[in-house]
Amino acid sequence: MSILVNKNTRLLVQGITGSEGAYHTSQMLEYGTPVVAGVTPGKGGTKAHGVPVYNTCKEAVAATRANTSIIFVRAPFAPDAIVEAVDAGISLVVCITEGIPVLDMVKVYHYVRLKGARLIGPNCPGLITPGEAKIGIMPGFIHIPGNVGVVSKSGTLTYEVVNALTLKGYGQTTAVGIGGDPIIGTSFIDVLELFQNDPATEKIVMLGEIGGNAEILAAEYVKEHVTKPVVGFIAGQTAPPGKRMGHAGAIISGGEGTAAEKIAAFKKYGIQVADSPAQIADII
Amino acid sequence: MKIHEYQAKDILRRYNIPVQAGLVATTPAEARTIAENFGKSVVVKAQVHAGGRGKAGGVKFSKTPEVAEQNAQNILGMNIKGSTVHKVLVTDAADIQKEFYLGIILDRASKTITVMGSSEGGVEIEEVAKVTPEKIIKVQADPFLGLSDYQARELAFGMGIDSAKVNGFVTITKELYRAYTENDAEILEINPLILTEQGAWLALDAKMVFEDNGMHVRHKASENLRDLGEEEPAEGEARKAGLSYVKLDGNIGCVVNGAGLAMATMDSLKLYGGEPANFLDIGGGAKSDKVAAAIRIILTDPNVKAILFNIFGGITRGDDVARGILAGLSEINTDVPIVIRLVGTNSEAGRKILEEANLKSAETLMEAAQEVVAVANERAKESK
Repeated sequence: MSILVNKNTRLLVQGITGSEGAYHTSQMLEYGTPVVAGVTPGKGGTKAHGVPVYNTCKEAVAATRANTSIIFVRAPFAPDAIVEAVDAGISLVVCITEGIPVLDMVKVYHYVRLKGARLIGPNCPGLITPGEAKIGIMPGFIHIPGNVGVVSKSGTLTYEVVNALTLKGYGQTTAVGIGGDPIIGTSFIDVLELFQNDPATEKIVMLGEIGGNAEILAAEYVKEHVTKPVVGFIAGQTAPPGKRMGHAGAIISGGEGTAAEKIAAFKKYGIQVADSPAQIADII
Repeated sequence: MKIHEYQAKDILRRYNIPVQAGLVATTPAEARTIAENFGKSVVVKAQVHAGGRGKAGGVKFSKTPEVAEQNAQNILGMNIKGSTVHKVLVTDAADIQKEFYLGIILDRASKTITVMGSSEGGVEIEEVAKVTPEKIIKVQADPFLGLSDYQARELAFGMGIDSAKVNGFVTITKELYRAYTENDAEILEINPLILTEQGAWLALDAKMVFEDNGMHVRHKASENLRDLGEEEPAEGEARKAGLSYVKLDGNIGCVVNGAGLAMATMDSLKLYGGEPANFLDIGGGAKSDKVAAAIRIILTDPNVKAILFNIFGGITRGDDVARGILAGLSEINTDVPIVIRLVGTNSEAGRKILEEANLKSAETLMEAAQEVVAVANERAKESK
């Protein structure tokens, strides 16, 4: 078992003929991900890495019964791509694109929810169920199947932690990168709920960072609703206030969103906190 | 991106939000001329991005042009929370009957544009939020319909605004909302929004922060409003190179791919007794030229005693990074020691390239962090 994606996923790649889209399509195929269709407006009827390309998501879904999409479309056009996927009946949309205007995401976030679909990201590495499906840009080879669920705001920090888990023999059910933007489609809490309900997931790793209060809400949720052990890490203990640390959402503003307050909340609500990414594997 | 009060007021004017006449001066003599032309009392206001200008003595009422000149003399060159004052705004003085707060922010929890008003104007809203949170009225704009009139009225009545003044307030609030959305703002604030003795609405101060992604996608022209004097020169250079860089006070330079890992790398240095000199994310898909630029930018900081590269390949391919490190080093003559940790996609090819050039790469972040801290401490001792 796993959450959100598995070997039955039927993946559509939006922006399949762009350089990132093409590269990662080949990587996902190599991993064994069932990539059934691609969409690039104007390139319908062609093939990319052997995958049929369509002009619209609607056509792609009708022809291939794709149920999940991954978006590599550039930021100015990505909000439209998310809406197109949802309108075509895709139930899970994973948006890798970085740099989407936040006010666009306000509308898109609520639109996706209204339509009953789920969005992961934007500005995220995607998600992977090891051995079954890689829907994202993470290096597949560092993951092995197992019983640890991983949820994180970051890309490469997740790779770091997963790599450490794998080296110690702790495999993963699913690793989900929810993204570092101020507005993201799927929150820590959403993923915690899925892991709690997934019988194969026995332990959970949660990686947060400075900015906003999503980690604090997640910690409260863990206390109330999660019976499985959770190990956490918060990046940005050395980050100064008022400065944006790379991720659009990673900023301490008005004295709020510090690593210290999030770590305190983790501890208060029974989440074990690691001092460094590598220590997570030791605690697990 | 933050802009100055006078720039934010220019934007408010475009939305017919009442602001006083005002002109910018960069010398005391200019301030005097502007005051003479106004022919009445003025206020001279420091134009810096930092808050708390009034408390720092950066806002002065000036009854005559001579006083305005003297005040400008005192304020120009003043340091307010790390920012040097290069410009002052010389503006009409206003008779204040009542001060309010009106601001628009993005609320991350509700994922909405949230409009806030308070009867407690002219003081820091964070203070009000702490001390008397009940005095802040909030409404959430509908993501599809925007801000409705009734919501602006709810604010007005909640803030205790006199019935006769509610319509004027509603107009200002709706125009402010339009300015916020049309310009992709992150924060847009009028504090204080005042009623004058004559009963007219007036935006006495304005604060605006552009949301960087929205600005980049839709408002490239707003880049002209950036005050380069307000940022670290290296931060500006990094921005031009497409890198995310924040200068810090330590002595170990960091080059990392990914913001989360970059922060975790800085934290690891601290854990092993080091201090990071910077945050630097070379981003996804970083190529040789970006890595070379990253090294150049880090070395502009004379405190840097050693540099740590921590690259975990996902989008970023390890062989590209290795070539980038070599290209960057070949351009720069430096004896600053470098510790490199390279793992992930194409990392074996990358490590091979580094080994052929006699550069060593550490296996884990822990090893790399401990090694670079040791090297930096050694260097720091030598230079003492």
